Amino acid sequence: MSKWKNFIKGIVKENPVFVLVLGTCPTLAVTTSVINALGMGAAAAVVLLGSNIAISALRNIIPDKVRIPAYIVIIASFVTVVEMIMHAYIPDLYSALGVYLALIVVNCIILGRAEMYANKNTVVDSAIDALGMGVGFTLALFLMSTIREVFGSGSFCGITIPFISEYKISILTDAPGGFLVFGILIAAVNYFTDGKGVKKKNFGCVGCPSAAACKQLGCTGEGDVANV
Amino acid sequence: MFKSLLIVLMTAVLVNNYVLKQFLGICPFLGVSKKLDQAVGMGVSVTFVMLMATAVTYPIQTFLLAPFGLEYLQTIVFILVIASLVQLVEIVLKKYIPALSRSLGVYLPLITTNCAVLGVTLNNVSDGYDFVTSMVSSLGCGLGFLLAMVLFAGVRSRLEEANPPKAFQGLPIILTAASIVSLSFMGFDGIIENLFS
Repeated sequence: MSKWKNFIKGIVKENPVFVLVLGTCPTLAVTTSVINALGMGAAAAVVLLGSNIAISALRNIIPDKVRIPAYIVIIASFVTVVEMIMHAYIPDLYSALGVYLALIVVNCIILGRAEMYANKNTVVDSAIDALGMGVGFTLALFLMSTIREVFGSGSFCGITIPFISEYKISILTDAPGGFLVFGILIAAVNYFTDGKGVKKKNFGCVGCPSAAACKQLGCTGEGDVANV
Repeated sequence: MFKSLLIVLMTAVLVNNYVLKQFLGICPFLGVSKKLDQAVGMGVSVTFVMLMATAVTYPIQTFLLAPFGLEYLQTIVFILVIASLVQLVEIVLKKYIPALSRSLGVYLPLITTNCAVLGVTLNNVSDGYDFVTSMVSSLGCGLGFLLAMVLFAGVRSRLEEANPPKAFQGLPIILTAASIVSLSFMGFDGIIENLFS
């Protein structure tokens, strides 16, 4: 497909959070404030870009049997580098994101794109795919965190909004609020795409490295590539 | 000493429940909680892997990484250790305890790249627990996961008979139900300190 289409698909048609339903853990955990969400999105995008390029460049050299451990090492190295840079230059964001920064390593989006795209396509295509997915992920996080922060804490990027902050619904910044906002947003995606948007009806398994394992458990999503 | 361990255990199970509070291990939680026997199998496997992972990563952190100033390798080392450990366990189970392998083994690949296991090992380090407390905390996290899975399996069996609006069918209504279960667990906040005093 054309380079532009490749980039765009990660933002809308195959948005990793709302369509492929991958990487749900950080989505729910760090979207309590917009700044944290943008920081996480940027970090994940950088790791995704780096690992896609590296894995695509090495795709003919890594033997198939040790594929997954090799990807994990590459991704973990990028995550460690990003962690260290954040720790040095943006320590507040580093401590706000906490353990979820290290958990980018097992983020299904990154392993999933490596497995589904980077090991079959050229470096340039993989880089564009990574950029698209990274932007899509960040936008999705931005959307969720805006809702949760504006209506949950009455602020935006830390700046209190005068009227709304008196009627804030604090539950939205807590754990249940995360589940609820995510559920409502996916329902919205379903509504606006007539049910064809979200690719996994039961739970997104497209590109998830555990798809084969899920299949053994008889988990059948509908209409997705892994036929899980 | 025993009391502080009990507090750590109960905190991990109820107050800081890994799935419902800290959003770790969401993928298996939403994917495998449909049937009760699968939910139990998954929960037990996760507990098992968490305990093993802590038992292995704690000595590595204390005797290998910290003394030589190699803490920055923590992420890479931990995830590799966990991945290889699970592979090893799968092979060992298949060969020596085939019955257990048949019932739990199928969940093991799912757990390898799961946030919950890596999360518990990293949290134990950052919380500064000693070995026994780390093991107890991992046991608690695993049991908390099991508890959440079992409860949610029950909720989902009711969801089967429900008839939500079309846009909500499938994932959205499951997430909404999860939010309500999570809300109920918030009721446990603050009881732990007073539970054993």
